[in-house]
Amino acid sequence: MLRALIALMLTLSFISTASAQDAPAPDRSATGGAQTLEDIMARQRGEDVDNSFRSGATGDPDSAAGISNQLGTLGGSSDPELWRALRFGSADITASNNGPAATVLVQDGGMKWLLFREGPLATYGGYLLIGTLVLLAAFFLIRGRIKIDGEKTGRKITRFKAVERFGHWLLAGSFILLGFTGLISLFGRKVLIPAFGHETFAFLATGSKWVHNNVSWAFMLGLVMIFVMWVVHNLPDRTDINWLRKGGGIFTSGHPPAKKFNAGQKLIFWSVILLGASISVTGLALLFPFEINMFAATFAKLNSFGISGVLGLGELRETLAPHEEMQYAQLWHAIVSFVLMAIVLAHIYIGSVGMEGAYDAMGSGEVEEQWAREHHSLWVDEVKANESASPQGATPAE
Amino acid sequence: MKAMLVAFVAIAVIAVGSNLILGQVGFSSEDRAAGPSVRLD
Repeated sequence: MLRALIALMLTLSFISTASAQDAPAPDRSATGGAQTLEDIMARQRGEDVDNSFRSGATGDPDSAAGISNQLGTLGGSSDPELWRALRFGSADITASNNGPAATVLVQDGGMKWLLFREGPLATYGGYLLIGTLVLLAAFFLIRGRIKIDGEKTGRKITRFKAVERFGHWLLAGSFILLGFTGLISLFGRKVLIPAFGHETFAFLATGSKWVHNNVSWAFMLGLVMIFVMWVVHNLPDRTDINWLRKGGGIFTSGHPPAKKFNAGQKLIFWSVILLGASISVTGLALLFPFEINMFAATFAKLNSFGISGVLGLGELRETLAPHEEMQYAQLWHAIVSFVLMAIVLAHIYIGSVGMEGAYDAMGSGEVEEQWAREHHSLWVDEVKANESASPQGATPAE
Repeated sequence: MKAMLVAFVAIAVIAVGSNLILGQVGFSSEDRAAGPSVRLD
């Protein structure tokens, strides 16, 4: 399927290159070199129009008429030529306010961003979340709650210490707040304003912005905490291969052995760490506008390693306007957040209604020994071996 | 359960704290974009 899709994309890209090469230079004599109706229609059809015929036509101050002659006060640039220079970002602008954005008066990359943000991003992001919920509901209907198979012992084992649970809930609580407030920001104009009106959305949006900007720090702190506390337990090892091969025992009887974290949990951990870090970095770029620019540098790296070519993206632009850096940061922030939200929905499902006994690990931190034996047999053996090596109440040797 | 509630309180404290601090570190739009000749208040 994927191969066919790539082949199709390659074919289409060749066709478009060929047609661009074959097309004769358009005749613009009727408009004196300005754009023609055909140029405008082509742009409205969404075709790529070569703008070089007008982006460079911004006047010539060197051949300006003398200051006392007719039109001399224009300085060699007519009004349309001045507007053209503003439109294509080549005008020499001095602004009284500071910052990289101040001298960009027309930024037409913004239109692409706007259309992508309210189009594919919101649409496919929404489908992803709804699809995940439907899949989880279907899984629940087919498989039901994963019960503890054996007889409960009534004995408890400490799975997570208080500080570990604190770190988890710091991350989880902030992520849920950030998820909801992020969705409110994204779906405002398309969904919430039509549904609830401007007044209600203005209140929601102001609150969402405050929460999203300020709760982000708790998320980043939680992310660092769980990374430091759990990275040792999440390094891949041999048991993961067996666990994955048996599909975690989800559809079969019996449970593949696992240490403190099984391969599924390790996948969740690394998704949260890597995607969470990516969301944090782009989030910081959005919190401090124009201070952290990373997309031009990333695109240059992707070009030089040939990754953009392999992905069929062609040569990526290595020079970006300050606004474009922010626009890419926003899009990447949202795309990665959608993926992480879908993963976390599955995580919330299996940690709550999906599996008997799982919630205790993060609730009280004490899990039923039989649950632990079934899902983390190697970890239980480790805990028991440690307990017998240093029995409770024994005074440590000094 | 206690750890969860403490974490939720911590989120609120961090949010209020960061709002206070961030307003003072000189990264507001006013500080970054406006010059002394611009009056915003």
